[in-house]
Amino acid sequence: MFRILQKTLSVGAATADYPRIAPRLAEQFRGCPEFDFEAWTDARPAADACPTGAIAVCDRDGLRQVTVDYGRCIFCGECAEASSDGAVRMTQRFELAAADRRDLVLSAEYTLYPDGSHAALQSATSGPSVEGPGKRIEAAIQNLLGRSLAIRQVDAGSCNGCEQEIVALNNPVHDIERFGIHFVASPRHADMLLVTGPVTRNMELALRKTWAATPDPKIVVAVGACGISGGIFGTNYASLGGVDAVIPVDVYIPGCPPRPEALLHGILLALGQLRRRAVSRPRS
Amino acid sequence: MIYLCQELRGRFPRQVRSVEEPVPGQFTVLLNGPDATAIARHLLTERQARLVTVFAEDRVNAEGVFYIYYLFDRLGDPAWVMLKAPIPADHPAFPSLAAEFPAVNWQEREIQDWFGLEAAGHPNPRRVALHDNWPDVHPLRKSFPLDTVLPPFEGERHVYRPTHGEGVFHIPVGPVHAGIIEPGHFDFAVAGEPILYLQLRMFYTHKGTEKLFESIPVHRAVFLAESISGDSAFSHGAAFCQAIELAAEIEVPARAQFLRTILLELERIANHISDIGAIANDVGFVIANAHSGRVREIVLRLCETLTGSRVLRGMVAIGGVRGDWRRPQVDAIENTLQVVEREFRDLVAIIQSSNSTRERLQHTGILRPDKASKLGIVGVAGRASGVDLDLRRDHPYEAYRHLTFSVPVYQAGDVRHRMLVRIDEVRESIEIVRAAVAHMPGGPHRAPSKPIPPDRCALSAVEGWRGEIVHWVRTGDGNRLERCKVKDPSMNNWPAIVEAVEGNIVADFPVINKSFNLSYSGTDR
Repeated sequence: MFRILQKTLSVGAATADYPRIAPRLAEQFRGCPEFDFEAWTDARPAADACPTGAIAVCDRDGLRQVTVDYGRCIFCGECAEASSDGAVRMTQRFELAAADRRDLVLSAEYTLYPDGSHAALQSATSGPSVEGPGKRIEAAIQNLLGRSLAIRQVDAGSCNGCEQEIVALNNPVHDIERFGIHFVASPRHADMLLVTGPVTRNMELALRKTWAATPDPKIVVAVGACGISGGIFGTNYASLGGVDAVIPVDVYIPGCPPRPEALLHGILLALGQLRRRAVSRPRS
Repeated sequence: MIYLCQELRGRFPRQVRSVEEPVPGQFTVLLNGPDATAIARHLLTERQARLVTVFAEDRVNAEGVFYIYYLFDRLGDPAWVMLKAPIPADHPAFPSLAAEFPAVNWQEREIQDWFGLEAAGHPNPRRVALHDNWPDVHPLRKSFPLDTVLPPFEGERHVYRPTHGEGVFHIPVGPVHAGIIEPGHFDFAVAGEPILYLQLRMFYTHKGTEKLFESIPVHRAVFLAESISGDSAFSHGAAFCQAIELAAEIEVPARAQFLRTILLELERIANHISDIGAIANDVGFVIANAHSGRVREIVLRLCETLTGSRVLRGMVAIGGVRGDWRRPQVDAIENTLQVVEREFRDLVAIIQSSNSTRERLQHTGILRPDKASKLGIVGVAGRASGVDLDLRRDHPYEAYRHLTFSVPVYQAGDVRHRMLVRIDEVRESIEIVRAAVAHMPGGPHRAPSKPIPPDRCALSAVEGWRGEIVHWVRTGDGNRLERCKVKDPSMNNWPAIVEAVEGNIVADFPVINKSFNLSYSGTDR
């Protein structure tokens, strides 16, 4: 007993003060890629290299449409390595959670040349805003003292990579309980379902039942590239793709797996949604 | 193994058609017909071989037959021998070995489900890899398109073995569990507190992984391999890359082999530390788990410094690794190891100072050595029950041939000894990493890329932190694969849990399960 107390006292507080203070990221940490659509002379090598189809090129009527889906991205960096023009760059951004699936998709349109190359950016959408969710989260945290949040985690078919990082939320470093957030054993006790994917054919029914067993107002957070879109598994005979193919999703957290701070960011974002839901009409 | 293959030729002249060695040290014994029983029995009982895995391949379009492969290993021999039995397409059946060798029970049924090849004489031929509500399809046949849309899931019809008698009842658990773990169904038959028997239902997370390998280019498939079991991302990624490198005769630079070895050991250290804490947690020793979680974060931070990813993703590549390390990164290894070593020593001291923890762990969930070897249990669970196997020593790959280490083996086979194996292995791994850093050669970190030649077969085996990972590939045209078989150690080890829980109380199930910590996704693929 004395040994335990001595050790615990000598360690002191291990908890990182995220989101108040930005996490100490290793210099090598790979966040999401960033795209300079103006400077991107050819998107095809990046699209070929992308293991999950997050970068798609579609040529039609003399135009080339390039879409980038952070909901499929696994932050591997192959696109940046494949693009010789320097228009794709890996960043350390990881706070990408979005309440609207469309916020995770960027697109650009180029004039197509007959030789297959492209130039002259016609238009581009901006995608997830950095500053928006941050603001909302601050508001959510301010409201946090009012209530606690009970999360039921559902693995609907994941590779268990996301589970590793979700478990890490409970360790003393990330310590999600400091926000009054805790993981519960039953969906009947939960305010939020934290779902990893892809949703397999064999888990579809269990996921639907779990959702039905969760009392209103409830909120669903889809975790990771697979939970958002099916990720590298996509849809096939055994996989239905993302969580929103089966139940309605309120917040999407990109990553493969999302690091614990990214999960926390998404959960806090969802908390704001839940508070709004609590005062409006419950959905059944 | 070459002598063994010659012996098989002499002894079974009518069955053996030819012996090939497509990759040095990997012998393939092609049979004349589907019956491998006599030869398998000879290898297993007379020659003390071990059946590593059984799997099938659809070669109907190319050669007019299916093949079933039986992979054998013999302690003390670094070579592998594989029986290759042709199964005619018009009579898709093979004699089952499961009654005699229960280790292949699920694997034969998986072949039945996925390829539609009947395991004739199987003692329990029910579906295992496809749930009961699946239509009559065989997804790994080439004639079955990957994107087939099946009718929606209509609920389980699986019938569990009934229980009779006064006070005897069932406890169904899952697939959605109480903790943050993967989905599977456990059906306990209990008489009061003690468990009479446990029935398992897996494959809830089956996501078509092996089929998917056949449809994507090899360079993308590396990332799919990392997603077979997320806690073993690097081990599975490395096993996959090794198989491709052997098939395509790509020489991996020595430096890359050392870099991979270090990362394989860091994956082991991180997961073992986490398991040790989780085992303590499941008997109510929460403070030990808190320290373990904290120490694990230190290791994960090092992983991020070395690979850009806390869980070692996106680092391994065909021909080596994607990025080399600069001096500060290499220095970070030793600096972190010093901290981890000290913290781990304290963590172990805390756990071992608690008599109540010891009492909960000792004699709980015993897997006897004779059962373990009969069921073909591998990895940590095997070594805690007297199964002295470690691929790093027995079939050295990467830089392990240049490194010395000891392999902890215990006979007691209870939860406590599964924890002790992990404790010993963390200490060994720390020294392996140190030695690898000290002897790391210079030179390139990745071989130049080249096209993958078609129709080459190769096998690779990696001792992941959980146990024996095996990948087998046949390459195809256009940098694609014809087949990729993945065997996670979890596939071997589920029967061990069934065995270990018998007679234990239900309340001890979580800690017994955690002491094995098997991957559902690795099993289900």
